[in-house]
Amino acid sequence: MEGIEQIITEHPFFAGIDPAYTHLISNCAKNTRFDPGQYLLQQGARAEQFYLLRHGRVVLELSGPGRGTVTFQTLGPGELVGVSWLIPPYRWTYDAKALELVRAVSIDATCLRTKSEADHDLGYELMKRFMPVLVQRLHAARLQLLDVYGARG
Amino acid sequence: MYSPAADPMCPRVVRVRRRRRDGPDVWTLELEGHRDEPIAFEAGQFNMLTAFGIGEVPVSFSGDPAHPRRIVHTIRAVGPVSSALTRLGPGASLAIRGPLGTGWPMSEASGRDVVLVAGGLGLAPLRPAIYRLLSERARYGRITLLYGTRSPKEILFRRELDAWRKRGDLAVEVTVDHTVEPWQGHVGVVTGLIAHARFDPSRTLALVCGPEIMMRFAADALAACGLAHGAIYLSMERNMKCGIGLCGHCQFGGLLVCRDGPVLRYDRLAATLRVREL
Repeated sequence: MEGIEQIITEHPFFAGIDPAYTHLISNCAKNTRFDPGQYLLQQGARAEQFYLLRHGRVVLELSGPGRGTVTFQTLGPGELVGVSWLIPPYRWTYDAKALELVRAVSIDATCLRTKSEADHDLGYELMKRFMPVLVQRLHAARLQLLDVYGARG
Repeated sequence: MYSPAADPMCPRVVRVRRRRRDGPDVWTLELEGHRDEPIAFEAGQFNMLTAFGIGEVPVSFSGDPAHPRRIVHTIRAVGPVSSALTRLGPGASLAIRGPLGTGWPMSEASGRDVVLVAGGLGLAPLRPAIYRLLSERARYGRITLLYGTRSPKEILFRRELDAWRKRGDLAVEVTVDHTVEPWQGHVGVVTGLIAHARFDPSRTLALVCGPEIMMRFAADALAACGLAHGAIYLSMERNMKCGIGLCGHCQFGGLLVCRDGPVLRYDRLAATLRVREL
């Protein structure tokens, strides 16, 4: 095992995954980098990939007329950027911008969706790994929504 | 013979020596007693503070327990009493009763890793514990401070956070819930930092202070990392009046927060914290 397959195996998001799946996933993957300020993904665009962060931090942002840009999460090495590729209509719902030099593995969404349709065990394995991330982010969003540090907090 | 200083119901008049702004609506008052008398306290304890003619509120010590002649309280202006207290300038008088309540379990922390989780103004009651830990640094294992607040402009004690970060023997992570300002630090809820912190759960003590919902989520996240409920301490806040367990205003299940707390072990709190409207 070498190259991208090794990197995927060692990434915390895929810790302990069956090597057969690593091989399948690596066929959809490539190394990529982003300079500070460059966008990994932008709201409304097609969700054609997701990223495993290896180095550097990424901020997730939402923009609205008259409200400026609100940063609501920072992600770093060992974490994952992008879950909308899993759910139709496969569109990003926020922006993700490199805060510093970012090195990541980019995984092609169409490629992985096709493999998951052909091999439901792979699809189930991916769901088991993505669901905790989604639930954690949902919990975090609830806490942020509660604004617990406000005057009543 | 009757001694006013020994009577917890008898207020002592003190004066403001210094007043410093630590946030948009947060002020730190340094107080001095008559004849510069020392007021020894444990990290985590509180005083009842009186703004004359307005009322009395509980406020945790936020200064260094090694300097009992410097009585320090950090106060957010939220109601009539706290707002009046934050308006007091140098030389102004107020009254205090205390120290009251239980402190952080500093002796129990000896020889262990310590994780401090602070939310918003909750950093203030934890600051005396940080001073204690750093004054006897060799007695403890890895020390980690995880601090979350609403936005960058509401970060408390910025200079001290920077100084602690530079020491190298205290891991300091600061996060804000969201920001519209340029900010190079972390964004996200403080509980999200817990899973990334480095500590050995089998020999770690966690001290948590902040809004109650945040403390509940923090305790859950610490437990998910392997900490026993008995190794997690929270500083509780309730409607305290007498401060010594007589009036019952701060009753929380079978506990009186002013007397049994404010610092309480999570295994005594976990079930009650999930009871609505308690």
